[in-house]
Amino acid sequence: MEIVNKPYAKAFEDFAKDKEEILCISADLDSSCEIDGFRDRYPHKFISMGMAEQNMMSFSGGLGLAGFRPFIHSFGVFTYRRPYDQLVASIAYPRRKARIMGFLPGITTPGGMTHQAIEDISVMRTLPNMTVIETGDATEVESICEVADSIDGPVYCRMLRGSVPRLFKTPLQIGKLRTLSEGKDILVFTSGICTEEAIRARSALKKFGISIKHIHVSTLKPINEELFLSLISEAKSGIISMENHLVNGGLGSIVSDIISKYGIGKKLIKLGLQDTYAHGGSKGYLSRYYNLDALALIKSIENLTNTKTNIQEVDLNEARIEDVHSLSKAEAL
Amino acid sequence: MKNKKTNHEVAKGIRKRVFEHCIKNNGGYLSQACSAAEQLAWLYNDILNLGDSTQPMIPEEFSGVPSKDNQNYITGAGYNGPFESNYDRLIIAPAHYALVAYATLIEVGRMAPEALDMFNKDGSSVEMIGAEHSPGMEVHNGTLGVGLSTGAGLAMGRKIKKETGEVCVFMSDGELQEGQVWEALQTCVHHKIDNLWAIVDVNEQQVNGAMKDVMDIGDIANKIESFGAIVTEIDGHNFDELKKAKKINHKDKPLIILAKTSPYQGMEYLKTRFPKLHYVRFKSEEERINMNNEISTELGISPIEY
Repeated sequence: MEIVNKPYAKAFEDFAKDKEEILCISADLDSSCEIDGFRDRYPHKFISMGMAEQNMMSFSGGLGLAGFRPFIHSFGVFTYRRPYDQLVASIAYPRRKARIMGFLPGITTPGGMTHQAIEDISVMRTLPNMTVIETGDATEVESICEVADSIDGPVYCRMLRGSVPRLFKTPLQIGKLRTLSEGKDILVFTSGICTEEAIRARSALKKFGISIKHIHVSTLKPINEELFLSLISEAKSGIISMENHLVNGGLGSIVSDIISKYGIGKKLIKLGLQDTYAHGGSKGYLSRYYNLDALALIKSIENLTNTKTNIQEVDLNEARIEDVHSLSKAEAL
Repeated sequence: MKNKKTNHEVAKGIRKRVFEHCIKNNGGYLSQACSAAEQLAWLYNDILNLGDSTQPMIPEEFSGVPSKDNQNYITGAGYNGPFESNYDRLIIAPAHYALVAYATLIEVGRMAPEALDMFNKDGSSVEMIGAEHSPGMEVHNGTLGVGLSTGAGLAMGRKIKKETGEVCVFMSDGELQEGQVWEALQTCVHHKIDNLWAIVDVNEQQVNGAMKDVMDIGDIANKIESFGAIVTEIDGHNFDELKKAKKINHKDKPLIILAKTSPYQGMEYLKTRFPKLHYVRFKSEEERINMNNEISTELGISPIEY
């Protein structure tokens, strides 16, 4: 599998450098959000806001009023928890064309509760006027700027950084679903880093004759209900959603809403953080601890199909182990 | 407080432990040990009235986040002594100083040296960003700017309950960029919260580099004073000045000590890293070797084996 080093750094620079209305907004996390190179090469397009997120949100609203399209960079968690009021009043309500780039989604940081955005999708989805996109591989990260900037209104993007695997050949398209495998027994929806885990699980399950339809979701709002509906209607033994987020308010809730709205009698297992905060640790450890890895998906599939595979961790394709101090990361966080 | 070591010895020990850890792990929060070693040594070893630790020398593993199903959840506060009315409480506001705080706990005999080997290890409570369950931590402070408000509320509560113990908040100057800190100050002054005092590590650095280049916060002593608090500026590496500052009368007002510090204190060779001092990860093996040789000489120790 190809691993791309810092895909956002190059993608953002290529996209933004010649566009007059694009400004790069920073909250003291430049190298952590891969915009330090852009800052050094295009200082006239870069605005340092320091650690002051409430001000940053309303300030960006003001830039929007002046006709700019600010790309706001921080850890996802800092773009909505503290400045939620400002996010609503200054950005979401007036439909400012702010592009919020939220890094370190869910359990992808050892920084613990205060650094882990685990309810960002839920919070952002419930805001009227907000569009929500989550990247799941390097290709999606590379195409996120074009997509985000095409939105007529504010958009929140859940970003991957550092060493990012390339899973897809085609760019991210708003509202489109990616079908990664065809199957009739189980329908699996995944988003973000969970897609890579599900691919590992699928290959291990092949020899057991369980056919899985695997769908990758990158647009979490707005939702094309018809696309979801036709898939859900065809699932034979049940549906599983898998997300690097709380199970309430994210992908699982999206699927659940459609099931109930259209009165479909299908069982849904929601994998994700089960109404709990997480703590600090490596991605591999946290995925296992909170049942967010390939093995957790296999157990859920066994449950829905009444099968016993006895697949163990060692049987799975070797997990991609990320070095905590990998060179592609500028800081500890 | 039973002083087995002098403040100087504790401060030296903190720098040594943090340096050793950073060399062995190819990086860490090293400049924070340089700027804050004297302050944390003084707080734990000297000025704070803390009871003996109630927690094991080797910290317990992480045992789950707070929830109704996890009634045995404990915070790291017990490492700072029991919650008794006469004892002081310490809030460590910049949670990324955790490595320095852990080293301090070891130096003052509240934690075993082996605990540092658990730093940032999966399943450990000795987390990289000090969590509520990490040794020495009372609450989660990884989202910067919440510490002073928490300390103010705790102090107000203790005042209402007529407890004699004070509340101390250890802060960093970077977090003064967050508006919440100023809301906390106005509250302390308005409600005459004078059983609270704070010491701010003014090292003038933040993640992106020097604060004056990222977001200049201007004359903070003047600003704090105009908010109505009692403020004093001192050399944060000088124990005599630290002691003198704490003696200032601040009846009906909070006391804010601005401890001016150097992010290279005791490790001048770190200057080669300016302005990227927030988290020092060695760019090459050559840099690691040079840091190891140069700084160990400055600290008067043998180069660290790794």
